[in-house]
Amino acid sequence: MAESAGNIPDTIEQMAQDLAAQLEEQSIENPVMVGIHTGGVWIAEQLHNKLNIMEPLGNLDISFYRDDFTRIGMNPQVRPSKLPFSIDNQHIILIDDVLHTGRTIRAALNELFDYGRPASIMLAVLVERGGRELPIEANVVGCRMTLGSNEQVKLIGPDPLSLEIQQSP
Amino acid sequence: MTRDNSLQVDKDGNLRHFLCIRGLTSNLLTDILDAAESFAGVTEQTVKKVPLLRGKTIVNLFFEASTRTRTTFELAAKRLSADVLNISVAVSSTVKGESLMDTLSNLEAMHVDMFVVRHAESGSAHFIARNVAPHISVINAGDGRHAHPTQAMLDMFTIRRTKGKDFGRLRVAIVGDILHSRVARSQIHALNLLNTGEVRIVAPKTLIPAHAETLGVHIFHDLEEGIRDADVIMMLRLQNERMEGALLPSEQEYFQLFGLTEDKLTSAKPDVTVMHPGPINRGVEMDSIVADGPRSVILQQVSHGIAVRMAVMSMAMRRVGMGGERN
Repeated sequence: MAESAGNIPDTIEQMAQDLAAQLEEQSIENPVMVGIHTGGVWIAEQLHNKLNIMEPLGNLDISFYRDDFTRIGMNPQVRPSKLPFSIDNQHIILIDDVLHTGRTIRAALNELFDYGRPASIMLAVLVERGGRELPIEANVVGCRMTLGSNEQVKLIGPDPLSLEIQQSP
Repeated sequence: MTRDNSLQVDKDGNLRHFLCIRGLTSNLLTDILDAAESFAGVTEQTVKKVPLLRGKTIVNLFFEASTRTRTTFELAAKRLSADVLNISVAVSSTVKGESLMDTLSNLEAMHVDMFVVRHAESGSAHFIARNVAPHISVINAGDGRHAHPTQAMLDMFTIRRTKGKDFGRLRVAIVGDILHSRVARSQIHALNLLNTGEVRIVAPKTLIPAHAETLGVHIFHDLEEGIRDADVIMMLRLQNERMEGALLPSEQEYFQLFGLTEDKLTSAKPDVTVMHPGPINRGVEMDSIVADGPRSVILQQVSHGIAVRMAVMSMAMRRVGMGGERN
């Protein structure tokens, strides 16, 4: 059931091909790519290379946009988000490691729209698992996992990348 | 002045109120500076706002006039999506005879979440923090001659951004009216907590507090000596409104001896950074050529004030379920 470290590179290669096919299908020529801190950025770095994207890679730390701030408070080690391009009218490929509840993606979408009005946003994730709490789905999925509600999957990296399944109490 | 740390920091080491630098740990100061670094990026967004404190109400409670500090606190709160209420108490209820506690109780009844307080009386922010409802956080925006911790933190942030994170290499000179300055007190505590190589204070004998050497600084009464080989010079404003009696012969004579000019700056390091908390008395504390010159970071200090205040407010905001809510 768990993805072993060995075939993550193959999974990312397949994601790159799927993304390329989708971009062609939608006639998108110069997309920009944004990774979600931390795991999403690791995967985005590889996809960014494979797809030969011209603009530098952007990264988002969505901590300021989380919906549970009033419960857990602020972690001061938030990295500044960096979008080294204007996102107005751009086609954005958003990358994350795991799609679970959908809340991280909701926060990322909100943050992106505070930078401007993109032409479109596409979502690619390494792992998709059940447990969605919002109507959010990925356009490109590396692999699917079936996990219990007390199990968490975590991407360890950046070199080498591996997936770890943790039991939450 | 109280040094009751439990007032500022909860048992898990999280910021509860931000009242003075004294009693805080260097780790907490570094956390504030790191958070400010992230918030500085928010101003690059088209929408210069994050939803962190949405639905929270912050009251700027100013018992003493201030434009820069109040407006940067207001902007910081608005960039965190909080609702802001500005109250200048000098012109409102105290004129009608309402007591401070009555004013606070009325505001508490309006379900506010945070007070940002400036008051001419030393210790007033501590007093308010001890007496407000437990779900309210208090930020000190300057109390009498005691402390102005957010000013000190924005100064530390400005030094870190211009000189790097290693304060151990730095020689910092604080110049001017140390005696009346809450800014200087907070700066000295913050610089020492961050392990600054050498902290100097430079002022005429009449403007240095008694026992200043116990603060962990070197004292100079000559400007050129005091700023020799300095990496950073932090000028202070002459607090005319706080002067009692003849502490100074005249502003002209002060400028002759302690005014910062291009000429005197040559004794500092060539890449020295010049700071001033504002508002500047041009031609008294420093020459306009220095204030507007390439070594001056005075306007950066103002921008940094917003990011630092965003950091302090979001870190001090009470969390639901952390023992802070009203029963």
